[in-house]
Amino acid sequence: MENKFLPYGAPDHPSVKPVDLKNLRPYGDAMNDGRAQVSFTLPVNPSPEAEEAARELMRKMGFHDIKVVAMEKPSEGFSFYVCYGAMDHAVDYTKIHVLKVEAQFKSFYEINDIIKKEVGRKIIIVGATTGFDAHTVGIDAIFNMKGYKGDYGLERYSGYDARNLGAQVLNEELLDYAIKEKADAILVSQIVDEKDCHIDNLKELMRLAEQKGLRDHFIFVCGGPRLNHPIAVECGLDAGFGPGTLPSHVASYVLDEFLRRKAAKKEKK
Amino acid sequence: MKLALDRKKIAACRKIAVKVSRDVRKMIDAHSTVAQERSCVRLMGIDGAYLNPKIKQYYPLANVIVDQLQEDDALSRGVSYWMANACLEKNMTPTQVAEELVNSNGTFRLAKLPQHKSADVEKKAKALAKEGLARLVARRKERNKLIKGLHDPQDRSFKKPPVKYVIVASGNIFEDVVQARSAAQAGADVIAVIRSTAQSLLDYMPHGATTEGFGGTYATQENFRIMRKALDEESTKLGRYIRLTNYSSGLCMPEIATVAAQERLDFLLCDSLYGILFRDINMMRTLIDQHFSRLVCALSEIYINTGEDNYLTTADAVENGHQVLSSQFINERFALDANMKEEFMGLGHAMEMNPFHPDVILLEIARAQMTRDIFPKAPLKYMPPTRHMEGDIFFSHVYDAIFNLVSVLTNQGIHLLGMPTEAIHTPLLGDRFMALKSTNYIFGGAEHLGEELIYKKNGKIEKWAQKVLDDSLKLLKYIDKVGLFAAIERKCFAEVSRKIDGGKGYKGVFKRSDGYLNPFLDQLERKDYGK
Repeated sequence: MENKFLPYGAPDHPSVKPVDLKNLRPYGDAMNDGRAQVSFTLPVNPSPEAEEAARELMRKMGFHDIKVVAMEKPSEGFSFYVCYGAMDHAVDYTKIHVLKVEAQFKSFYEINDIIKKEVGRKIIIVGATTGFDAHTVGIDAIFNMKGYKGDYGLERYSGYDARNLGAQVLNEELLDYAIKEKADAILVSQIVDEKDCHIDNLKELMRLAEQKGLRDHFIFVCGGPRLNHPIAVECGLDAGFGPGTLPSHVASYVLDEFLRRKAAKKEKK
Repeated sequence: MKLALDRKKIAACRKIAVKVSRDVRKMIDAHSTVAQERSCVRLMGIDGAYLNPKIKQYYPLANVIVDQLQEDDALSRGVSYWMANACLEKNMTPTQVAEELVNSNGTFRLAKLPQHKSADVEKKAKALAKEGLARLVARRKERNKLIKGLHDPQDRSFKKPPVKYVIVASGNIFEDVVQARSAAQAGADVIAVIRSTAQSLLDYMPHGATTEGFGGTYATQENFRIMRKALDEESTKLGRYIRLTNYSSGLCMPEIATVAAQERLDFLLCDSLYGILFRDINMMRTLIDQHFSRLVCALSEIYINTGEDNYLTTADAVENGHQVLSSQFINERFALDANMKEEFMGLGHAMEMNPFHPDVILLEIARAQMTRDIFPKAPLKYMPPTRHMEGDIFFSHVYDAIFNLVSVLTNQGIHLLGMPTEAIHTPLLGDRFMALKSTNYIFGGAEHLGEELIYKKNGKIEKWAQKVLDDSLKLLKYIDKVGLFAAIERKCFAEVSRKIDGGKGYKGVFKRSDGYLNPFLDQLERKDYGK
């Protein structure tokens, strides 16, 4: 039993089971107990049969020791449930691989310092909310001087020349602007996800970039509440950020990617 | 005072509480209990146990000693007398005496030893008491020193939000440690380790580290030590002092207080009436035991938490709020009689009112503010209700959130976090996190709300508080007329009736003889310690 697999701060005692990474299950009140809550509504009135149906659904979801702790009637023809059970399913945590943004997160000061020393000029970032999406909340959180959750925005960085173009910018316009201004990176924010329009929009941007032969010319980054890194990569971008992202996360990534490309170019020569 | 309450009525309630307590005190001073005597044995430093084949469990030496004296009809002189005499006769320490006694297979009998001159025995007993209590004083100082180096979330002026109190109850003390640390990181300030079901009716304290319990974890000295040690580490890591709570209640009430003081616990549930009403423990036993327990708490600066919130789980909560207030006056009086300062009285309350009663939140605010006004120095323990929690965890979560708001608005001292899964299971780790997150939000976001708001003169809230106070005075007058014992018999609290010679543990109550010796009690009463 390796100590690092014990739950945090647990006394090394045989009664406390270690974390089983090969069979990872929820922790309810004890290691490996698999306890979880599930809530749903059935389109039938509450009744003993309805309760049994709820229990049966829980069984099919892979639970045992099932307790239906609430069965209430929201309105005629419906029953609302809260259930508890212990999960039979487990996952092998050691086999899980997730695409992640490759960057060393650094502070505002560290980033400016590195750009000054290793880049010797400002890195130019162009950002916009593209397509018909009119929400600037995401792009503003990352760009605006005052930043977000106490983390300064890109405009405040001495190492970045950050240009926020606002909302409803067409992909074509964005690329043209980036070429004209000799941008190093392009940041796209997408808030609206109606009918997956955010995905389509990102894919279109990358198609355009390919057509113009600009795919490797810029660092392409996107962000939004329904986005993450794997989706971004699938759409052909370099990196994607989800909810909770701070400006310094984006700033760290762009810097790291900038330096990676610079080093790769040098090697080629 | 934020509410215009009649100060004369408040003073009248307190005056009655004094009168009520006087009769009880007379009874206390004439009696002792096996649990009080066992506490003295434990204070002598005897904390061992032997594996008793009859119960297949460890049975404490403290019980072996007191049982023997009871069998030999000698307990009315007090265990301190016999132990001091044995130490002199055998020239041994109390622990050596205890070990010889348990190893002798019943042949070594304390009451059969030659008796030394009573002046000598008394002197020896006093020395033992002094030593035992000095150890508690040292533990108290150790705690104060530790708190000084850290952030203390408990604000004695109640300007900051209440401390956040959560329970752990896995049954395994080592698993409890995992969950307590998790809770502390999520913002908990106080960890209560819920006891195993029915421990309150065991007439001895289980021994050693325990890994199996039912709905909770046994209160043992070793479990106390394990958890306090873990919380010391976590406190140091977080830079914030995390307090530990257990239950000084049931048949071992004073022993748990003693052991808790020895292991530096911070809070104890300790109510003068709870065991009588809700565990059917004999009245005399409970009242004697609570006195000793609170004397120990006074020395050790352990906050007591009283259990009045429970009254209204059995009685209608809208109509019977005055029972809670009346009991608080009584609990306050008994605590003062045991040398406790108001600053350490976590008088308990919160009402189990039907959440769909009209204006129920106003009624709740009225009582919470009233309690704050009447007991201005007490770190009031506010406990969201459990009675109306039925399994819809989403509703329960909202219900608890309202209580969080009332608690911070009315400047309570200790806030027991309601759990969305109350009445379903002992809290899962995630339940505790949900409750803490919601409380962190509300306590932070409404920290100064109480300072900003004033109550409408003669409005619904003020009138309701006045009504509860009026009703309390009436009830206390009645209790005064018939005496506390008869009042309990006549269902004045929680609609439960108990008789003076009924209930569990009555056999463990005995009349003190003229030669009764208990220097532990004397020194605690006179605050003659730590000098």
